[in-house]
Amino acid sequence: MNWLLVLAGGAVGAPLRHLTDRAVRSRHDGAFPWGTFTVNVVGCLVLGVLTGAVVHGAASHSAQLLVGTGLCGALTTYSTFSYETLRLAETGARFHAAANVVAGVLAGLGAAVAGAALAAALWG
Amino acid sequence: MTAPRDDRATTEPVDRDPNLGLDPDRGPDTGPGGGASAFGGGAPAVRRRDAARREAPVVAAVAAGGAAGAAARYGAALLWPTAAGAFPWTTLLVNAVGCAVMGAFMVLVTDLWAPHRLVRPFFGTGVLGGFTTFSTYAVDVQRLIEDDRAGTGLACLALTPLAALAAVWTAAATTRRALRGRR
Repeated sequence: MNWLLVLAGGAVGAPLRHLTDRAVRSRHDGAFPWGTFTVNVVGCLVLGVLTGAVVHGAASHSAQLLVGTGLCGALTTYSTFSYETLRLAETGARFHAAANVVAGVLAGLGAAVAGAALAAALWG
Repeated sequence: MTAPRDDRATTEPVDRDPNLGLDPDRGPDTGPGGGASAFGGGAPAVRRRDAARREAPVVAAVAAGGAAGAAARYGAALLWPTAAGAFPWTTLLVNAVGCAVMGAFMVLVTDLWAPHRLVRPFFGTGVLGGFTTFSTYAVDVQRLIEDDRAGTGLACLALTPLAALAAVWTAAATTRRALRGRR
């Protein structure tokens, strides 16, 4: 059952990332990978809220597996994040490469902190 | 969130060369999402239906890959669980391995062989994207800081991107060298 929850979450999260990335790309044609940035920040926020909800007893272990491990885990990505950074650096966009890492990491952590604070306010 | 257009004059338009697509699922033949409306010909409804018909297998391939990648990550977390307050090595290693495979895979599909149009969506976007995770990384760091483990949290915050970038760069460079050696 646990495996099914993770599989189902992953089967939703990954296409959600793909479609979000595509939608963002059709609106922003610059060098900065806003699509990956967006899904990573949103995924960190949702997982922050969910983890807080589990800590405060407002969400079950099953919800954690389905939405956390499966959906948020597959919605967010480190492999595309690092590959896009590598491509930016290789094509001479060094500033964008460095900005992508720093902004991605800080925004992701900020979103996780905001999500945890939101969960504490709601269920703490 | 507008793109910094001024910088584009001094940098290569990295997203325009179909052979060097940044997005691992952006094969030259998968077509842009909303781009079809920029070109004439055919009723909008027909073009939308054609785009959806082309896109559906790609989304299905991403979903199947994402499920497999997430399950593999879950399996790794069950095999090597991280104790509360400890450094989350499993997540770091999962991410580093996923980045290394991505680096090698992308060189192979851009420099060596043009695979079927569903290979990149399935393996790059789906399996590797689903296997690696940014959200668990960020929430792990947040939890460590909240539990007065700021040192461990900040070490994880800095070490993970360093390991991920070293992995993708080393794997891409090694694969390129190996391919040049074959020729």
